[in-house]
Amino acid sequence: MFFFKEALRGLRRSTAPALAAMLTVLITALVLGVFIPIVQATMGAASDVRDRVVVDIYVAEGASPAERESAQRAIERTANVRSVEFISKDEALARAREKNPRAFREGSELLGSNPLPASFRIVPDDPTKVGQVVDRLAPKGPEGAREPQLTAIDEVRYREEDTQQILSVTGLVTVVTGGLALLLVVASVALIANTIRLSIFARRREVEVMRLVGATNWFIRWPFMIEGVIVGFTGVALAVVLLTAAKESVLEPLSDRWAFLAAPDTIAYPLLVGLLVLAGVAVSAAGSGLTLRRFLKV
Amino acid sequence: MPVVELEGVTKAYDGGVVGLQRASVSIGRGEFVFLVGPTGCGKSTCIRLLLKELEPSEGEVRIAGKPLSKIPRKRVPMLRRNVGTVFQDYKLLPNRTVYDNVAYSLEVIGEGRDQIRRKVPDILRLVGLSTKLHAYPDQLSGGEQQRVSIARAFVNHPPLLLADEPTGNLDPETSIGIMQLIYRINRTGTTVVVATHDKEMVDKMRRRVVELREGRIVRDQESGLYRPDESTTEFAIRLRGELGIGAEGHPN
Repeated sequence: MFFFKEALRGLRRSTAPALAAMLTVLITALVLGVFIPIVQATMGAASDVRDRVVVDIYVAEGASPAERESAQRAIERTANVRSVEFISKDEALARAREKNPRAFREGSELLGSNPLPASFRIVPDDPTKVGQVVDRLAPKGPEGAREPQLTAIDEVRYREEDTQQILSVTGLVTVVTGGLALLLVVASVALIANTIRLSIFARRREVEVMRLVGATNWFIRWPFMIEGVIVGFTGVALAVVLLTAAKESVLEPLSDRWAFLAAPDTIAYPLLVGLLVLAGVAVSAAGSGLTLRRFLKV
Repeated sequence: MPVVELEGVTKAYDGGVVGLQRASVSIGRGEFVFLVGPTGCGKSTCIRLLLKELEPSEGEVRIAGKPLSKIPRKRVPMLRRNVGTVFQDYKLLPNRTVYDNVAYSLEVIGEGRDQIRRKVPDILRLVGLSTKLHAYPDQLSGGEQQRVSIARAFVNHPPLLLADEPTGNLDPETSIGIMQLIYRINRTGTTVVVATHDKEMVDKMRRRVVELREGRIVRDQESGLYRPDESTTEFAIRLRGELGIGAEGHPN
């Protein structure tokens, strides 16, 4: 209680530096609050695209249901396979028809039978390992052609070029946005810590006097750290108010039109707010504590 | 047991400047000692060593028989609570009132609120500032600020009071009041060490004088003068001063 009163006194008597520190916290929290969901959405979009990397395994035309089932089990057991989906001939036709109704309405009648093979669609647990999955199921033969391991399998296919492109582009997007986010966080921490440093530096004589009358280091430190917490908290709180207002008034009406803004992968808003508050308070308090350490020596 | 003991203490600063050289002195309980000498002779070094703000390069500093080198860093605040300090620049907390400045040194030792409410006005009455409890330091004169700092130094009744040029920034009239206050504190049994180059004051008080010159103790004399050999001119100046306004110190 005493420390809290001391902290309030400190804030009252040095309003300008406290205000500067609070403003710094506010602005960085605002920037981070906008940037974190953007990074998240970008990363989410990238990983959505990556999930489209699949392997199709066509079942041989003459394979019996028993053979097919044992093939499915074998595929499921293969390393790096996340999921296997069986697509029967009828389903394949139905899907093809959906994609291209005209061609298939006429085509199937023309052919008299369903030309599409049954297949397994495999999603690898890690898109970059798709090549390995394919190699395991159908290793390359001596002539370079792939030879399926299982008799029930006619052919193993994945769009190698597309896959490579997806992987390299999404990889780049992830690295770049991740790097930017990291830079921004580092810059924010440095900025807040520096502002707090300055405000405490202006009061180092005060600290000197406190030491002289026999105050222990924690006795001196607590009020400063509580001050830091108050400054950090008000800064972030104001930023959250602004962010919420912006979210309600600008983002919500737009999200109907732009799927990106309503991306389901972005961080939950309460969690984002919680994170910002925690970070703002922690950085401010730690900044105060660490800066003081210099004046508390001897 | 002496309250303050320096035994062969040398303090060399970084860069080769010597603050104190093989100084040995022993100050007993209840003594009033002047540390005199020109600027840079080692007076302040001495005071700072006694507060463990500095560590001696050689020798040992003891307070109440306890070597300061044996006090761990964590216990230094405990030492400082038992040593009152008064400085030339007052060292008050600028964002606190007179009352809160004095109360702070009681809050530091965890004194209860009732005790603080009782002791602070008492001590401020003793130093003659009972009407300025809620003034801030920058609203006070130099003499008044120094009185606050003396009140703060003495409010816990420490056994030892150190004063580094307590009258350095004050006019002679105000200085007398301050010295009178310090003297009064000494009379309660507190050991007092005053570093000063206020010659007139030293000569008038006729107390023990330890003279430092370039870091060495060159004289240690009971009831001495600022300079051992007072010239006739100096004598005359002193006499005139004593016959003038300064002879009887003012209560305020």
